[in-house]
Amino acid sequence: MTTPQNPAVLAPPLESTAALLTELITHLRKSRTQLREEWVQRITEAELLTAMTKDEIFAEATSVYDSYVEALETGTLEALQAYARNLSERIIPRGVETHEVVGIVLLLRDVLARSLFAKYRTDFSVLDRVLDAYEPAANRIAITVAVGFVQERERVIREQQEAIRELSTPVLQVRERLLILPIIGLIDPQRARQLTEQLLRGIRTNRAKVVVIDITGVAAMDATVANHLVLTVESARLLGATVIVTGLSPEIAQTLVNIGVDLGKMNTVGDLQGGIEEAERLLGYKVYPTRETPAA
Amino acid sequence: MEVPILKQGPYLIATVQAALTDADLLGLRDALVDRIGQARSRGVIVDVTALDVLDSFATRTLRDLAHMIRLRGAETVIVGIQPEVAFAMAQFGLTLEGITTTLDLEEGLAYLDESLKAKRIG
Amino acid sequence: MPDDRTVLRTEADIVVARQIGRAMAVQLGFSPGDATLIATAISELARNVVQYARQGEVLFTTVSIGGQQGISVTVTDEGPGIDDVAAALQDGFSTSGRLGLGLPGVRRLMDELAIDSKPGHGTTVKVKKWKR
Repeated sequence: MTTPQNPAVLAPPLESTAALLTELITHLRKSRTQLREEWVQRITEAELLTAMTKDEIFAEATSVYDSYVEALETGTLEALQAYARNLSERIIPRGVETHEVVGIVLLLRDVLARSLFAKYRTDFSVLDRVLDAYEPAANRIAITVAVGFVQERERVIREQQEAIRELSTPVLQVRERLLILPIIGLIDPQRARQLTEQLLRGIRTNRAKVVVIDITGVAAMDATVANHLVLTVESARLLGATVIVTGLSPEIAQTLVNIGVDLGKMNTVGDLQGGIEEAERLLGYKVYPTRETPAA
Repeated sequence: MEVPILKQGPYLIATVQAALTDADLLGLRDALVDRIGQARSRGVIVDVTALDVLDSFATRTLRDLAHMIRLRGAETVIVGIQPEVAFAMAQFGLTLEGITTTLDLEEGLAYLDESLKAKRIG
Repeated sequence: MPDDRTVLRTEADIVVARQIGRAMAVQLGFSPGDATLIATAISELARNVVQYARQGEVLFTTVSIGGQQGISVTVTDEGPGIDDVAAALQDGFSTSGRLGLGLPGVRRLMDELAIDSKPGHGTTVKVKKWKR
């Protein structure tokens, strides 16, 4: 019964159905206290929302009930979508799962349907038309809430993954104007992109003139990631920073050559220590080993 | 819209605005070449901090600009390329090879100072 | 999100086109980095039209397949058309010197590029980028 063009709107009901819908909504509002009680009880019996207290369940149940009836009344789902997102934001950190959210919405649908059966049980033809008005809308509402919850969950998971990735690759400022980016493990294109972003941001924030990218801890790279490394070096140069790549394994060197990189033009040093020394030389630092001092 | 060009000691500094048209950029190139001669400036800084895109035309024009300035005995530094713009240029394949680029105006001036000093000594 | 289109006649239109593209990309939730890639690609394609075809049009639409969302930009013109599309798509002209039409570069900036062009029959270039 939803319009194909705009899924956020329930299709306008026919004349007689419209009158029935109004009657139905009035009934749902009048019976609010009782039906809400019944619903909360069914939620508890079904052992859903165990992560929440009775008071919390009651408070949310009230909001959901009211939003539900409002969606039936206005025929639009926007307010309900917004509420679903908001609710999801609050309960996901509490550990509430998808099947619980779907479960409670279906229970509400059933509780309301049963109360309609009870009210119109003496006249099947009216009951029939009431259900015709109620069912499609109720189903659409259930889907909206469930989808809203799932989308919010996916967003949270993505954010957490981002945060983990950021944490696992710090850009270190070791000396003034010198940044070190140690990379360990596997790099997929997405991680490569993130590293580049962090590095370029880091160059700007720290006003770095030299960056040492250490890939000792990286066993291999495919051509896409290798190419990305080259782009990173070029981008850093445009920001006024020189990049030194250290810890280049023979395999990765080969990959770079295969994609057409002139290793002679790339600034590479065998290991991180050597790379830092080269960086300091470029920056004009003179580092003396502890025992030796320059000739007076 | 004309790009403002300031004289700061031995240098000319041009700060580009966001809504830069092709004509503005070409005009800047010509204006800098003229003024380098008049003011006997030793260095030019073009500050592109406000540019959110540097496409092939802009890159080509900046390269021409640097080349023409060098023919007049002065050096050009492009400063303030934004990180996202730098990456887009690299991805596209636009290089400013042979042209000095620095993070910002301060770095650009420091570079020109160093470079002038080196020229005097060497 | 509604489609948008803009005309390409003068060099000022190039800036307008890429600003519309950037705004739409940002609204769709593309990262600032990706929005810049998209704006740069549009700038190149729009410039080709203004330079070689005198007049054309850009159409911006949102696309979605599976759960993925993206932006699609179609640049059309009634200009002279491209003689050798295959050559135009090759990296021969890139970097310094003549940049040609910059099509290989545009393809690197975007995820998909499709081109339809015949001498005397104008050119249509359609590029897409997907949100990551």
